[in-house]
Amino acid sequence: MSTPSSRTFTPAPGGAGLGPMVRAQARMEARLMLRNGEQLLLAIVIPVIVLVGGVAAAGRLGSTFEGHAPVDLLTPGVLALAVMSTAFTSVAIATGFERRYGVIKLLGSSPLPRHGLLLGKVLALLNVVALQLVVLVVVALALGWEPSLADPVPTVLGVLLSVALGTAAFASLGLLVAGALRAEATLALANLVYLLLMAGGGVVLPTSTYGAAGGLIQWLPSGALGEAMRSALVHADIDGRSLLVLAAWAALGTLLTARTFRWE
Amino acid sequence: MAYGDKVAVDGLSLEVARGSITAVLGPNGAGKTTTLETCEGYRVPQRGTVRVLGLDPQRERAALLPRIGVMLQSGGAWSGVRAVEMLEHMAALHAHPLDTNMLVERLGLADCGRTPYRRLSGGQKQRLGLAIALVGRPELVFVDEPTAGMDPQARRTTWEMLEEVRADGVTVVLTTHHMDEAEHLADRIHIIDRGTLIASGTPAELTRGGRSATIRLVVNRPFPDGAPESLRAELGPLTEVRQLDEVSMLIHGPADASTLGRVSRWCEEHGVLPQTLTLGQRTLEDVFLELTGRELAS
Repeated sequence: MSTPSSRTFTPAPGGAGLGPMVRAQARMEARLMLRNGEQLLLAIVIPVIVLVGGVAAAGRLGSTFEGHAPVDLLTPGVLALAVMSTAFTSVAIATGFERRYGVIKLLGSSPLPRHGLLLGKVLALLNVVALQLVVLVVVALALGWEPSLADPVPTVLGVLLSVALGTAAFASLGLLVAGALRAEATLALANLVYLLLMAGGGVVLPTSTYGAAGGLIQWLPSGALGEAMRSALVHADIDGRSLLVLAAWAALGTLLTARTFRWE
Repeated sequence: MAYGDKVAVDGLSLEVARGSITAVLGPNGAGKTTTLETCEGYRVPQRGTVRVLGLDPQRERAALLPRIGVMLQSGGAWSGVRAVEMLEHMAALHAHPLDTNMLVERLGLADCGRTPYRRLSGGQKQRLGLAIALVGRPELVFVDEPTAGMDPQARRTTWEMLEEVRADGVTVVLTTHHMDEAEHLADRIHIIDRGTLIASGTPAELTRGGRSATIRLVVNRPFPDGAPESLRAELGPLTEVRQLDEVSMLIHGPADASTLGRVSRWCEEHGVLPQTLTLGQRTLEDVFLELTGRELAS
């Protein structure tokens, strides 16, 4: 009791308010996501390689897809791939390790409520996705991409709806995995699912190129996101069925996550 | 509070005064962390009531959280986050945070400010954890083993800061298994073992040991069989003798020179040589040993 009061630590408790807290959380998560080498590889490097490699290979084979230049058909698929990589794989891995390292536990003792944490995550995710799309659009334009802009309203609306619903669907599924499994299992599963869907999930290439399997693949979130993006950017058309499929996956993922997610 | 069918904490009843330091002391696995986490709202007690600052940590969580600071026993930060960045993030979640530069300076975190969390030493992580617990200017902080893994100098710095925090009117609840830490810092100590409270009091109350004194006897070779009984017969019915191990005993009884004299005479008669024969104040270590029959460190 001999220590004199310096008034340095005099209590003045209080949360910062939901808006500032969510913004701080979003900034922090986005910064960490962009700082992580593996996540950046997944978010930017792999989609760029798929785009450049795909266009080069198609050019060498002299092939066109349904009368479209390869870059025009591949770009919407690669944009869809980028959304999937961040919303599903990056979110799953980051959240899995946040649970493991006790980050969610510590934040659970801070004034940031759980819905604030979730909002921060969504905001960070949308920022990273926007950044990815800008980079990929620049690369695609450099490769000679000519998006269909004859009818800009359905094109822009279609892209926005696809990105929003695709992000929601994949993020809810990513959180479902992260909230139920151990961090290492989440890491392995999220990467495996990403590779399987990239190769056979109808993201990069139209579901029509998968033959008989295409009928099934269009019901996967990957196939639906790819088709919706292609409809908007190649045909200036809003693919209502694919958007509904994405909305259904988002609803299912959210419901299951809400039931099973363990914060610690 | 139970995990599965293993009861971790049972029938624990504690009260903490505002603006004081309370130490929850006990060996590993005693239920210290479980007790703290129940107060922090992480765990739901199967029965009983918990009120922290008058609030229910479960139902009134949103009102409680801004008013408390928590230092976890381990972890709590992203592996890639830089030390100061983490502290500033936690500051940004509060309305009137402390100056983070001051905390960084005072806790010696300036040198590792840009180091990713995963590369911080154990002591640096502990100091960052303490800074995080304090940065929101809470009324009450829970610190779980604040000095585990710290070197003596960092430990001293931490003690000084906790004393200053108390002087400024913050309530501190800490867990420790270091007797000296509890004795040095705490206004009140609660000793728990196997999930139950076994003693409470100020350090002075706990070590005073009533009207009688305690004699601690350690000898150079094992006691003969029946030694406690024979010693008790020598010292009379007011004395209590407890053999701790084959070469040491604790004797409670009237505090006088004749008792000491009779103990040493008994040793002579039984062919053992006293190496330690002390009369006097008990340490918390003795208290714990007497209450549980076990060393605290184990």
